[in-house]
Amino acid sequence: MIEVQGVTFVYPGANLPALAGVSLTIKPGEFVAITGPNGSGKSTLARLLNGLLRPRAGRVLVDGLDSRDEQSLVEIRRRVGMVFQDPDNQLVAATVADDVAFGLENLGLPPAVIRERVAAALAAVGLSGLETRPPHRLSGGQKQRLALAGVLAMAPRYLVLDEATAMLDPVAREEVFRQVLDLRQAKGLAVILITHYMEEAVLADRMLVLQAGRLVLSGPPAEVMLQEDKLATAGLKLPDIMALGKILRQAGLKIPANCITVEELARALWKLVSRK
Amino acid sequence: MVLELGQYIPGKSGIHHLDPRAKLLGLFLYGVALLAAPTGASAFLVGSAAVPAIILAGLPLSFIWRQLRPLVIFLAIIFIFQVALTPGEVMATIGPLQLTRQGLNYGLLALARVFFLVLAASLLMATTDPLALADGLERLLRPGQRVGLPAEELALMLTLALRFVPTLLEEAERIMRAQVARGASFRGLQVKNLMPLVIPLFISAFRRAEGLAEAMEARAYRGGEGRTRMRQLSFQAADFLFLLLAGALAAGTAYYRLRFGG
Repeated sequence: MIEVQGVTFVYPGANLPALAGVSLTIKPGEFVAITGPNGSGKSTLARLLNGLLRPRAGRVLVDGLDSRDEQSLVEIRRRVGMVFQDPDNQLVAATVADDVAFGLENLGLPPAVIRERVAAALAAVGLSGLETRPPHRLSGGQKQRLALAGVLAMAPRYLVLDEATAMLDPVAREEVFRQVLDLRQAKGLAVILITHYMEEAVLADRMLVLQAGRLVLSGPPAEVMLQEDKLATAGLKLPDIMALGKILRQAGLKIPANCITVEELARALWKLVSRK
Repeated sequence: MVLELGQYIPGKSGIHHLDPRAKLLGLFLYGVALLAAPTGASAFLVGSAAVPAIILAGLPLSFIWRQLRPLVIFLAIIFIFQVALTPGEVMATIGPLQLTRQGLNYGLLALARVFFLVLAASLLMATTDPLALADGLERLLRPGQRVGLPAEELALMLTLALRFVPTLLEEAERIMRAQVARGASFRGLQVKNLMPLVIPLFISAFRRAEGLAEAMEARAYRGGEGRTRMRQLSFQAADFLFLLLAGALAAGTAYYRLRFGG
């Protein structure tokens, strides 16, 4: 369990806090989406979860380990894996296999174990066979899957994706996103998705909306999406499917408010048609 | 490509398979032998020890030539200066210059030292994966860690540089296109013309470095201490044999120099 308790964070030299009094809990295996406009503190929150940033006030506990405790940092970072936005800045080694090995080498594991875990992680993200390829010869989607493998190899319990699909084209974005959901199923990982794509956010178990460093909304996506006024003041728009559902409702069709995917909306429409 | 010097040519030869540490130490011993050789002729004899290694490595002659071509003028200048400016027993006179026996000897000696050292170094680079080379360098420097030499960090810097050269080249190309689209011209090699390329490239490199540092920290990097490595190096019989030969060459040449003067 990750517990964020009354956390305030101020960047050096800044007047306003990037985060102010944020509290939340993330359970093992949970899929949480954190959204909000630019500058709302999403990425700051992500960096607090794995101890890259330490809170000014309040505390962050990862399975009971306090991120302010230097001794716990390595274990916290093993447990909370993080994939960043820019695929080119987070790959550190000159070949695919060496890159996956990097985190394991930092943990001080014996070489035989490292080789085993590298192979398993590459297989899990479908990059087996590319072990000796240099990262700059991979596609954008492959680079992000490689970054994912580097994190997975460390056997984390929580996976933080900080806009990890934002720099990819739509096909690659879908590819990486599916991969993450599959891995969550297979390994029981908790996924913390930092995103400004509402279409991705609505697929989470729980959705958190940040605005100007404060948590303004929290709950199942279908409920959060009903708070349209609050969403609008946070600068967020309904995803297309929900907007369409809303228009249809206003036109008098009996579409339930919790249709968030294309399939759900299609099913609801089908039900309406077949009732007549 | 201009940067052919030090290029790696993948292969499966015995030389390719030698431990990078053995090859680095071998190059060092070869250098010692070249420096210990007292005469031009002996230096050529010592230097030619690299020839069987090149043949074993199966490197094409054209590749060797391309490695050494940039050196030709440099070598010629060294040779001419040594020959022309060393006083001694005059063998011939060309205009104002006197060709001396000692000059010829020193000229050949200097020529042999530079030529064969570059040849051997490019043989090392051509037959060793840069990553293995960085690894080998790290292991060799590791004893120096006790006196504060950051061997792990140096090796990491080397591999990071290897990792980011292609990325920064791509970036440079992108910036160039963007600047050309804004009316910049990159014709001519004046520094002033390169500023619109160099400054954005530097800014982006620093930004990348920041992101990279963050990503490394997120993957539990905390310096070289307590790190293990996936790549293991192991000395085989061939490595010992190779070092034995290189050691014999260095020792033999040093003995020859002490015995017969220089």
